[in-house]
Amino acid sequence: MMPRVEKHPQRSVILRVEDLHKRFPVSSNTFRTNTSSTSKKLRSNMLQWLPKRNGKRVQWLPKRNGYIHAVDGVDFEIAAGESLGLVGESGCGKSTTGRMLIRLDKPDQGRILLTVNNNSDVNGSEGSERLEGSQVDIAQLNSRGMTHLRRRVQMIFQDPYESINPRRTVFETISEPLTVHSMGGLQYQEKQVSQMLQHVGLTPPELFMLRYPHELSGGQRQRVAIARALILQPQLVIADEPTSMLDMSVRASIMRLMSSLARELGVAYLYITHDLAVARHMCDRIAVMYLGKIVETGPTEQVLNHPAHPYTQALISAVPLPDPSKPLPKLNIDGAVDNAINPPPECRFLNRCTQAIKMCSTTNHPPLQPTQNSSTTSVHSAHAAAPVHMVACHLNSPDMDA
Amino acid sequence: MMSKPRKLLEVDSLVMNYSTNTGAVSALEDMSFSLNSGEAMGLVGESGCGKTSLALSLMRLAPENASYMSGSIRWCGADILRMAPEKVRRLRWSEISMVFQGAMNAWNPVHRVGKQIQEAMDQHFKPRLTAAETDQRITSLFRLIGLDPATAARYPHELSGGMKQRALIAMALSCEPKLVIADEPTTALDVIVQAQILQKLKDIQTEFGLAMLYISHDMAVIAQVTDILAVMYHGKLIETGTTADVFRYPRHPYTHMLISSIPSMVEPNQTAQARSTRHTGTLRASSSYIPFSHNTAPDALAPLSGCRFHPRCPLATSKCREDEPQLQPVNMLQPVNVKHHNILRTHNTDAQTTHEHTHQHLAACWHSDEIDTITTITTTNTPGCC
Repeated sequence: MMPRVEKHPQRSVILRVEDLHKRFPVSSNTFRTNTSSTSKKLRSNMLQWLPKRNGKRVQWLPKRNGYIHAVDGVDFEIAAGESLGLVGESGCGKSTTGRMLIRLDKPDQGRILLTVNNNSDVNGSEGSERLEGSQVDIAQLNSRGMTHLRRRVQMIFQDPYESINPRRTVFETISEPLTVHSMGGLQYQEKQVSQMLQHVGLTPPELFMLRYPHELSGGQRQRVAIARALILQPQLVIADEPTSMLDMSVRASIMRLMSSLARELGVAYLYITHDLAVARHMCDRIAVMYLGKIVETGPTEQVLNHPAHPYTQALISAVPLPDPSKPLPKLNIDGAVDNAINPPPECRFLNRCTQAIKMCSTTNHPPLQPTQNSSTTSVHSAHAAAPVHMVACHLNSPDMDA
Repeated sequence: MMSKPRKLLEVDSLVMNYSTNTGAVSALEDMSFSLNSGEAMGLVGESGCGKTSLALSLMRLAPENASYMSGSIRWCGADILRMAPEKVRRLRWSEISMVFQGAMNAWNPVHRVGKQIQEAMDQHFKPRLTAAETDQRITSLFRLIGLDPATAARYPHELSGGMKQRALIAMALSCEPKLVIADEPTTALDVIVQAQILQKLKDIQTEFGLAMLYISHDMAVIAQVTDILAVMYHGKLIETGTTADVFRYPRHPYTHMLISSIPSMVEPNQTAQARSTRHTGTLRASSSYIPFSHNTAPDALAPLSGCRFHPRCPLATSKCREDEPQLQPVNMLQPVNVKHHNILRTHNTDAQTTHEHTHQHLAACWHSDEIDTITTITTTNTPGCC
């Protein structure tokens, strides 16, 4: 069995994200190139190959029309062994946030501070010591540093039919991270993979080790993906909608597996989902995102039982209830997510908000503030005893009561 | 208001096989149900249980290797399976239409949305509508489903997932069908868009007295939009009845587990309490949803003896392994809970009681009176292979 991680009585923050930004350039031209990475010389070289029309070169190079503000100033933290749910509609930037944490996208601004723990049994993995016991900024790491870091942060993707190489056996898939980090010989790897397969419920392991993905069902594939993410005993796993492609009956068991593994191995999750009911069962805390900003965050039950932001209220009202006697939910929201290209400075939710007041259209997007019913103590302390329910809404501001 | 409900669709002991290189795979076995006009029926089951095979059979769109061994699908009295191909083609879309799974892939990317809807109307309206009439119709359809009529001039890639799904519904409604089959209409969508579209579908259904057949594995969605529920397992109907009856009073262990596997927003969250004790190392005692302990879905090539659900069933006995139970009225099967059942009956609304004459609660299980005992079964840390 894997060593059981002792939980500290105090919440120790392993990941702190500060003021994270990601913008994607938008251009009006079909033939766009990424201009930020195109040098002037290359540009002029490219220009001479462009066709002429009426004696002029056709301008194929992009005219930049602005930026999609995919992630626009996001702050949150995750403690060891905790699972944070990032919820919101598609296009709100939750996946981009997850991808930046593992540097599949490079942040434009902001810091992603990971406190690297010392407890894992380093087995001949070179260079990972340099990260031990220190705080690293993922946003600043070079590619070599990222390789070391990926021992600590792993990802589970949405679709197990696409995230697993069809030409590799289960053993090859799960043992690859060990090989990349040069951990142990074949025998050691076999032992580790076999243990991991047992952990994720693919038993007996010998039966599954040499299978190919096409011999597995969707749920089994997702179990393989989970095993691959956990084989390095990471501190943090980013799970991007890990159950949304799965059948109802399988979904419940994958959710159960993930939370029991979190308990056993002390892994922290960033759980990205649009399904609040799933988040409720999986997450200790929830952060609700809308158009690149976190609009509400706090302990799961508190956020879901006393949602303070109109958007959270709308999301909750939209979840269908498994009860035929209840009518369809009345939605207090219409339309779809606004355009994230150069958003105005006012509250992001203003256009869809049914409770907007005059202040909302005259002032900037409100900052996250503790809700009125939560205590305001030790919000910014690194070792906050308990996370506080916070909301970014003018309706919550103390001036409103006055 | 809609007229007196009449029988639109009758499926009678339908048996369908797919012939493959490794032998015949049974896809549908002894399926029987009926649907009246104005009713919404839900068809649930896990992937591979034959939901989509059935839906495609209703429009005779099943793949070429499908063969119907026996049974019939009667549409207003005429057997669809024995109809002339040209007649079936007429029937499609003008009588029965379908909202396909995955709006992302259902559109032709090189034609404008409006043109694709117009194409369907050109085929099915006799005499053909004039261009002006077509435009007018598309405009009113788009208004009906809550889309800007200007969207008709756009290409599918210019629309978001929710808009594509709405436009697909507009296309399904374009020829005034009597029955709309919605195959996983909201599976790929966000919760808010899902709620908007379900509401629209429900409004349209009641407004026009349409019959709807919802196919989904999402029990929560099914619960909210359907009147009648049919649960399929491995090509067979294992429980049918009004949605209210089946949800409150599931009489098949599979249905029971399907319903209790829904993560809920309203029930007291025992998992949250258990999670708070997680840091002290205590195992979660029980969960408010019951996951399946053995998740191996059966192999369609090697049919099981007895009840198909027995390898995964917590109530399975030797009888279940040998004899296959047939659909039987629930009342006769359960003498124990009659009292409980009567209380539930009095709560039913009038609308539900009208369905009850035609849609009796049936279940195919030898132990349907013992279902309530399943809640006590805890599947602590026995992850099967799913």
